[in-house]
Amino acid sequence: MRLINLSRNLALGLGLSLGVGLLMSGSALAADSATARHHPKEVEFEFEGPFGTYDRGALQRGYQVYKEVCAACHSLQYIAFRNLADKGGPEFSEAQARALAAAVRVPAEPNEQGETVDEKGVPLTRPAVLSDKLPAPYPNENAARANNGGSLPPDLSLMAKAREDGVRYVYSLLTGYDEKAPASFHVPAGKNYNPYFEGWAIGMPKPLNENGVTYSDGTKATVAQQAHDVVTFLAWTAEPKMEDRKRMGFGVLIFLVTLAGLLFAAYRKVWKDAH
Amino acid sequence: MSGPSTYNPKSGIEKWIDSRLPLPRLMHDTMSTFPTPRNLNIWYTFGGILTFCLAVQIVTGIVLAMHYVASANLAFGSVEAIMRDVNYGWLIRYVHANGASMFFLAVYIHMFRGLYYGSYKAPRELIWIIGVLIYLLMTATAFFGYVLPWGQMSFWGATVITNMFSAVPVVGQAIATWLWGDFAVGDATLNRFFSLHYLLPFIIAGVVGLHIWALHVPGNNNPLGIDVKSPQDTLPFHPYYTVKDAFYLVCFVILFAGFVFYEPDFFGNPDNYQPANPLVTPPEIVPEWYLLPFYAMLRSVPDKLLGVIVMAGAILTLVFIPWLDTSRVRSCRFRPLMKQFFWAFTVVCVILGYCGAQSVEATAFGIPLVWVARIATLYYFAYFWLIMPIVGLIETPKKLPASIAQSVLGDSAAKPAE
Amino acid sequence: MAGTTGDAGTRRDFLYVASGAMGAVGVAAVAWPLIDQMNPSAAALALGTSEIDIASIQPGQQIVFKHRGLPLFVRRRTPAEIESARAVDVNSLPDPLARNAALPDNAPATDASRAARPEWLVLIGVCTHLGCTPAVSTPQQPQGEYGGWLCHCHGSAYDTAGRIRKGPAPTNLAVPAYTFMSDTRIKVG
Repeated sequence: MRLINLSRNLALGLGLSLGVGLLMSGSALAADSATARHHPKEVEFEFEGPFGTYDRGALQRGYQVYKEVCAACHSLQYIAFRNLADKGGPEFSEAQARALAAAVRVPAEPNEQGETVDEKGVPLTRPAVLSDKLPAPYPNENAARANNGGSLPPDLSLMAKAREDGVRYVYSLLTGYDEKAPASFHVPAGKNYNPYFEGWAIGMPKPLNENGVTYSDGTKATVAQQAHDVVTFLAWTAEPKMEDRKRMGFGVLIFLVTLAGLLFAAYRKVWKDAH
Repeated sequence: MSGPSTYNPKSGIEKWIDSRLPLPRLMHDTMSTFPTPRNLNIWYTFGGILTFCLAVQIVTGIVLAMHYVASANLAFGSVEAIMRDVNYGWLIRYVHANGASMFFLAVYIHMFRGLYYGSYKAPRELIWIIGVLIYLLMTATAFFGYVLPWGQMSFWGATVITNMFSAVPVVGQAIATWLWGDFAVGDATLNRFFSLHYLLPFIIAGVVGLHIWALHVPGNNNPLGIDVKSPQDTLPFHPYYTVKDAFYLVCFVILFAGFVFYEPDFFGNPDNYQPANPLVTPPEIVPEWYLLPFYAMLRSVPDKLLGVIVMAGAILTLVFIPWLDTSRVRSCRFRPLMKQFFWAFTVVCVILGYCGAQSVEATAFGIPLVWVARIATLYYFAYFWLIMPIVGLIETPKKLPASIAQSVLGDSAAKPAE
Repeated sequence: MAGTTGDAGTRRDFLYVASGAMGAVGVAAVAWPLIDQMNPSAAALALGTSEIDIASIQPGQQIVFKHRGLPLFVRRRTPAEIESARAVDVNSLPDPLARNAALPDNAPATDASRAARPEWLVLIGVCTHLGCTPAVSTPQQPQGEYGGWLCHCHGSAYDTAGRIRKGPAPTNLAVPAYTFMSDTRIKVG
């Protein structure tokens, strides 16, 4: 996906000389330490490749997984409820998105008396509207750490782009809890073994379980299915304009190649007498 | 600019303007009738491509500045708002981010072309030196720009680069603090970097004007490296080179568009999609690819001050090339020995880039990369300070053609070609 | 230059014109994103609706809210103010149209078509001349001769239905689309 991982994309061609130099980088990076994270699992997603698009069903189910599982600890701060109805996204209807928003309470603005908490000191809330961002599970970083044994559950909006080979990384992490730790590896108290995580010891306990959610469209909620769905959803939260981008790119490239063809003909014509 | 003007105002309005502000005359003489060697190849189209890149960066940059917020708390979020909510914001930002890489790709080709064909040699020394200045301004601008998204790589890249100034004896720390406007990279730093990032491209545009002005005095060098001797050696810039430049420009834009639309994060670093965190350094700090060779040189020297000197020296050396090259002929096409050293130099630069991308302890085939980088750095400097002057003196160049026209058209060049 | 006559010249001209035209189309296509980016973003558009609590407004009082970055006047009119607004002959007004986003463009500027519930007048508080915010008239501190608003920038005077009566402003103050969610709460936009 990126320059440091060039082998996958060499065909795109930055020029051979640069390519050769960086081709070896993957192997050199891997063997850094004994507990370096394993290479992500080789899984494919519908949205990959030049014509790939997000699977709407997977996006909608992925939102459900996020809401029912991940949202307990992880925020999604760059996503608003209105985005759930965006074209190129989960494409809930506007009414559905409104209903999804209304089911969630967000911090309310100060009331007419200027109060932000009720008489018991509980912060005031109101049902969310489309323009609201998805609420964070914790009011601040300290609260997040205090509730998670000192670990900070990161915001997930950009997770699929913020790690090397991000979508496969997240997928592998979510499905990587069942492997046995090598005898030589001691899992610290309060941590969980996951070889796809740097250092192998992760604060997050196994999040996905067989039938941990109940899909309304009848899809069987295996761990792999839930992981696939939520990873698709997170790929979208990280790159919400991907479908626009690929569609426009196709038109642009056709236009440019045609223009190049015309210019090449003009170039040959003009230069015919000059050689 | 060189030679008498051939501009002939046709209408009364053109005459009126020409006698008051001869701008149409300047355009006509530099872009239309300008006599250009008839044998320029594909590598000579990169000047035009670079002008295009600069224009793209300035236009998209002005637009991004309308939405970007230079504040440590808001910068990262404002970039995400551009990517998500601003109309076509994702497109404009991806063009700008990939545009920087395409700009450097083009400038490196342009520089290596100049090196290979001896374009820096008399009477074109100033074109070259102004070019080195442009390159320096470009790296500064790119560095400031990379800081602005305020991701992890932005923040730590800024920290590492500004800390280089602390290598200066006695006043180093004071300089670093002055650059930061604080005791570390922070809000004040981000704001001043944004200001400079907005300013420098316009200075680059001005210096590019000087670069082109200086070019139009002696005219283009060419792959043969011999002077233009008669009108038969040249073609008018328009239509011959306008159409050729346009064709190759569009080819370049196809590559550019391929990255923007299908691999927009190809040149990026995943760490920069994590907001800056002054308390946690990412496991590996890597600069953008176009600075990797210099980064490798910096790391190959075990002394802080010396490392910075070596890195700065690598760029400063370029200024002296016109006088380090002692050869009588310009083009490596006629320099069998120098040609080999040139290609070795190119490979060395790529190796340096590779070393710069790896972790400090990395090895290749059992050899510590830091030693590979040391030898490569040595070759880099030797190429300019030893090989260039010595080979120029001992090498016997191949026989040069009598003229450009004869080389291109064969002996039939004797008859009028046009 | 050679080749400017005959078929070769024609073909070359065609190629010039074709690639030139395509280049022009390309430049125009690139211009659109650069122009459109200045239009309100998706986030700004999403903030198009506001819910406003009007319970605390007393008769004869106006409270100014912010809606889409603009002042929104909510005025609870006294019976006398409603009466004076109704007494005006619509055809004698400088602007005889309602300017109400909820009504057709050609609706007349009667008081009923300016205020859905006579007691409540909801207006975008932007003078239709050059965008200043008009000052509201109160019995203690009248603004203009018509009991409504006076814009201090250039002297446009509005009546108690927010209709332009005097001064350079060309049209009545705009009435946004709004609905009563309850007797004390309105939703604007």
